[in-house]
Amino acid sequence: MALDSAPVLEAKNISVEFGGLKAVDDVSFVIPDRGVVSLIGPNGAGKTTFFNVLTGLYKPTSGFVIYDNEDITGIVPHKIAEKGVARTFQNIRLFGLMTAEENVMVAMHSHLKSGIVSTIIGSPQQRREEREAREEARALLEFVGIGKTAGEFARNLSYGDQRRLEVARALALRPKVLLLDEPTAGMNPQESAVFVDFVYKVRDEKNLAILLIEHDMSVVMKVSERITVLDRGTKIAEGSPAEIKSNPRVIEAYLGKSAEVH
Amino acid sequence: MAIITRKKKSAKKQRAPFSQRTWSLGFLGLAVAIYIFYTYIVPHTSDGFQSQIQTWFPPSSLNEALVWVIAALGLNIVVGYAGLLDLGFVAFWAIGGYTAGWFMSGFFNQWHIHFGSEVANAIPGVHLSFWAVLLIGAVICAFFGILIGAPTLRLKSDYLAIVTLGFGEIIPQIFVNGEDIHGFNLSNGTKGISPVDSIGIFGKRLGPFDLNYKYIIFVAMAAIMVFISLRLRGGRLGRAWLAIREDELAASMMGIPLMRTKLAAYAVGAISGGLAGVAYATHVNGIFAERFQFSISIILLAMVVLGGMGNVWGVIVGALLIAWVNSTGLPAAGDKFNSVFNTHINFPSYTFLIFGALLILMMLFRREGILPESRLKLIMHETDDESGNEQPHDEISEEEDL
Repeated sequence: MALDSAPVLEAKNISVEFGGLKAVDDVSFVIPDRGVVSLIGPNGAGKTTFFNVLTGLYKPTSGFVIYDNEDITGIVPHKIAEKGVARTFQNIRLFGLMTAEENVMVAMHSHLKSGIVSTIIGSPQQRREEREAREEARALLEFVGIGKTAGEFARNLSYGDQRRLEVARALALRPKVLLLDEPTAGMNPQESAVFVDFVYKVRDEKNLAILLIEHDMSVVMKVSERITVLDRGTKIAEGSPAEIKSNPRVIEAYLGKSAEVH
Repeated sequence: MAIITRKKKSAKKQRAPFSQRTWSLGFLGLAVAIYIFYTYIVPHTSDGFQSQIQTWFPPSSLNEALVWVIAALGLNIVVGYAGLLDLGFVAFWAIGGYTAGWFMSGFFNQWHIHFGSEVANAIPGVHLSFWAVLLIGAVICAFFGILIGAPTLRLKSDYLAIVTLGFGEIIPQIFVNGEDIHGFNLSNGTKGISPVDSIGIFGKRLGPFDLNYKYIIFVAMAAIMVFISLRLRGGRLGRAWLAIREDELAASMMGIPLMRTKLAAYAVGAISGGLAGVAYATHVNGIFAERFQFSISIILLAMVVLGGMGNVWGVIVGALLIAWVNSTGLPAAGDKFNSVFNTHINFPSYTFLIFGALLILMMLFRREGILPESRLKLIMHETDDESGNEQPHDEISEEEDL
């Protein structure tokens, strides 16, 4: 367990208001280095809003985000990505009309240095850089298990492969934190089971921390070292899967009056 | 798995039929063939054939079409690669044109600067060599591209289009009214700047009939733009442009600085618009403010869309075709029609009616353009191709609670 290690990303007292509506209310949250933690909650609990604060898409009304001992609150998204906070999307957002390989290479943008002039004249450095980037992209595709699809347009890949490609693309940023937004949405139970092993493979071989938003409780309970539960914008529980399972507030939030389990 | 094999098949179908190398060699060969045809073959043909050539394919209209090609290639980077709708591209053409007017004529006759041009030394004015002016025009247009782009590129696409439309109107208006800006004559107003020096090459000035030399120069300029387009497209910047075109938000989440990347597209596009402007000024031996109308921006856009957005070869074909129809094809066909049917229809005045009809027909029957980029063909025919939209994620709703 890596839960005791120093946090790689820390959100302190985050609140987000839209007009009068508090989407996230005073949520503090820690992602330990090389930890696998989950954020769960009923629909509309503020999970994705919280995600968007971490990646710079929203500026929190109050609170701070500390990454790698640095305050990154309100920094533009591409700078946060460059620093090493990578994400995937709830609805897959690949560059559909680019090949799988190109998709991964796009995310290497901030690591590559060639400018306009060196690209036009095709300087030796530029060509070496491109070659190395391509090799790295191939290796990443291989790593997530879709090496054969390198030359295919992303939109032509199967659903599962698209999910994997999103992870490969995020890994191309060489992140220290990987945020997965409902990665098993649309997967069948078998695929979800494979996914749990995949998460640990990514964590162990790429040495990073992983934060998941997930609806599938069987996945959440299996994969998480620690779970945080949001309901109506506030944090109602935090703890190990076993603790969360038996927490009355969580059960109430999920079963509630509508008695519907997600 | 049936699904997988079908996908493989469709993937194979998308692959471009020719490589970039084949295309470039093909176009280069065509350019050489045209040169040989006009320089060595036409003079030895019968008078009747020569007059037919003069009516239907005069060399000057070919040169003008090449100017359009250069500008359209620049717009292709902005619209086709980066997906930024620019409705004011004429501004850069105008700025390039006036750069030639300022630095290659007797317009500033209070000064006497000569550099590298073949103009007689006694003549007053600023007379720089054509090549130097190309460079200056490129730099000035890149500067204005960034100046115009910096405040506007933050806007979402629809608003960007409207603002560029505004700039496309403002810049030519400045030249139309630039006769007396606090006592400084910037543009000579509606009278324009004429004559502009002809191109000097190998110690000789090209006269108005040295069309074949100009042809070589314009072909070379277009070839350089193609080269630049393809190189940039294949590199780090081109990938970032395409990513922005596909999904701006996802691109920024993958570490792509949106502003800087869009500005780069805008600046490179502006440079080629400027080069076209300089070339155009030497082509018509002058620069006239009232020529820089909104319609030029639209024609250029039509060239890019009709030719095949994002594919340089398609854009070249589209530009050559539309430029020819506009300058020669339509008037010549109209004259023919009038003489055969003994009518008096002024066909060129219906140019835009015919263009409009042409565009509508294209959008109905061949949305992706004449020679589309392979990736665009894919998306445009998605609805026709039933196997393409069976993927499960299409059913997942777009209700990401952002």
